[in-house]
Amino acid sequence: MGERKKKMSSAKHNQPLMAHIRKYWQLYLFMLIPIVYFVVFRYLPMFGSAIAFRKYRAGSSLFGDRYVGLRYFEQFIRDQSFWRAFRNTLTLNLSYLTVRFPLTLIFALLLNEIRKLHWKKFVQTVSYLPHFISMVVIAGMVKEIVSANGPINQLVKFFGGDPITFMSAQEWFPTIFITSGVWQALGWGTIMYLAAISSINPSLYEAAKMDGANKFQQALYITVPCILPTITTLLILDIGGLVGSGAAFEKVFLLYNSMIYESSDIVSTFVYRMGVGSSNYSYATAVGLFEGMINLVLLTVANKLSKKVSGSGLW
Amino acid sequence: MTKLKESKSYKVFKVVNTILMILISAATLYPFLYLVAQSFSSEAAIYAGKVTILPVDFTASTYLSVLSKGEFILYYKNTILYTIFGTIISVMLTAMLAYPLSKPKLRLNKYIAPFIIFTMYFGGGLIPNFVLMNKLGLRNTVAAFVIPGLISTYYVLLMRSFFAGMSSEIEEAAEIDGLGKGGVFFKIILPLSKPILATMTLFYGAGYWSNWFSAFLYLDDKSKWPVAYYLRQIILGATTTSEVGANDAASAQIAANIRSCSMVLMVIPLLIVYPFVQRYFVQGMMLGGVKE
Repeated sequence: MGERKKKMSSAKHNQPLMAHIRKYWQLYLFMLIPIVYFVVFRYLPMFGSAIAFRKYRAGSSLFGDRYVGLRYFEQFIRDQSFWRAFRNTLTLNLSYLTVRFPLTLIFALLLNEIRKLHWKKFVQTVSYLPHFISMVVIAGMVKEIVSANGPINQLVKFFGGDPITFMSAQEWFPTIFITSGVWQALGWGTIMYLAAISSINPSLYEAAKMDGANKFQQALYITVPCILPTITTLLILDIGGLVGSGAAFEKVFLLYNSMIYESSDIVSTFVYRMGVGSSNYSYATAVGLFEGMINLVLLTVANKLSKKVSGSGLW
Repeated sequence: MTKLKESKSYKVFKVVNTILMILISAATLYPFLYLVAQSFSSEAAIYAGKVTILPVDFTASTYLSVLSKGEFILYYKNTILYTIFGTIISVMLTAMLAYPLSKPKLRLNKYIAPFIIFTMYFGGGLIPNFVLMNKLGLRNTVAAFVIPGLISTYYVLLMRSFFAGMSSEIEEAAEIDGLGKGGVFFKIILPLSKPILATMTLFYGAGYWSNWFSAFLYLDDKSKWPVAYYLRQIILGATTTSEVGANDAASAQIAANIRSCSMVLMVIPLLIVYPFVQRYFVQGMMLGGVKE
């Protein structure tokens, strides 16, 4: 009797959640495979970062076999090539962001001023296209265009200069990186802005017109303030990626060579060479973990700041 | 008076804006045109630096020679296979995660959503992933090519916003008519989600089509290479001859035709599909947005 009562009360205690799951079991079942995927291929590697603190040899478990503390962190902190990669990551990303971010916003505002719908659609279609092109093809295009007899060097020769070996000149790498990046990302970057602009209440513009505001004033005092949350969100995301690699890894990896490491080697390519290239798994993981942590901190700080300033953030 | 002046300056602006847009479009298209021009030009003309925008000494022989090579066709077939196979699974899994996540009535979502979203901001990094894939014995398998990009968190969020924006009345009506929750998803929701499904198909498809890095990391077996990885090999070959040394310029120039031609062949399918899907993804992205 007493046991029965106990059983009932425990069943009652579990009932809401169990009943909830039973009611919606099909929907929860849908999520099962994706969740398993995230556990195995997203979270397991996070815990696999443990090898940054543990010695890893061929045949060790996923998490390495002997705890060595911060040895690998001390190693890379003393490594000049790590700092070179760190510096390059920051300068390349920061200069790219400084160029791309305002250009994207301006391009979006200009696109928005196009009144002929077909023409607007055409420009959009064309400018979104590079976003979908494989980085291999982008890198190939870059190499063809700056090659010894490519169009850029034709121009240089036309103006009486000597051909430049762009791909082996370290001073040219940042320019190539930024230009090709803007070429690829400019159009795609406007999508979010255009989406935000399209949701602005038209009556705001009507009211402004009544008050005698011209087109420029309307853009400056209505459009920009209305899409400020979008601008902030995108800026946070970009700041969070300042030390990260994102799409930069593939591009740098495809375009750099040992002659121009000085200006082109970034943290992620460094991690690749140390890890996959020379099998220093623990060392490379320590560097990668460091990079990931900095990103997380940057993102959190940027998010906090944005919440304070504009009242909106990522989370 | 001032009004007239304003409209005048706006007219000037419109002209300048149009010119600017033409320039941007031209600059975006130029590299593609240049590749096409090179792919149809003779080696000698490219070597002499005569090719700038139109083919010089027009010839289609490069295409014939590339397409008659068994290996190129093989890599191309691999890419098509991986892309179709990967895209179908990716879109299905993304939808199956995004749809339940869009239902506020599911109580466990408040734990599942942050669990998924966190992976957007932090990850295990290259090496732990690499070690894991090898430990799981996935090296040299198609799975190793598909798995790294199987489900994108960002796309899950985009799709979730789309589902969240759908009216729930249809679903409720269908449920009353006796369709289960699963039936509603497959028979009602998916057919109504063509814009987002088309968008996801393009996004994932372009991702698989472009992917060379997974192949580079995991596919040692040449017969399994996708065309993107083959391209990477021939483009890298270009660094060692024409750009760096330039003493083997002639042989590097033979490659210039083939390089351009291979790149054009790789981009063409995308160019064909892209305009049809474009109107969907603009719509899809507008409903979505990055915000969590």
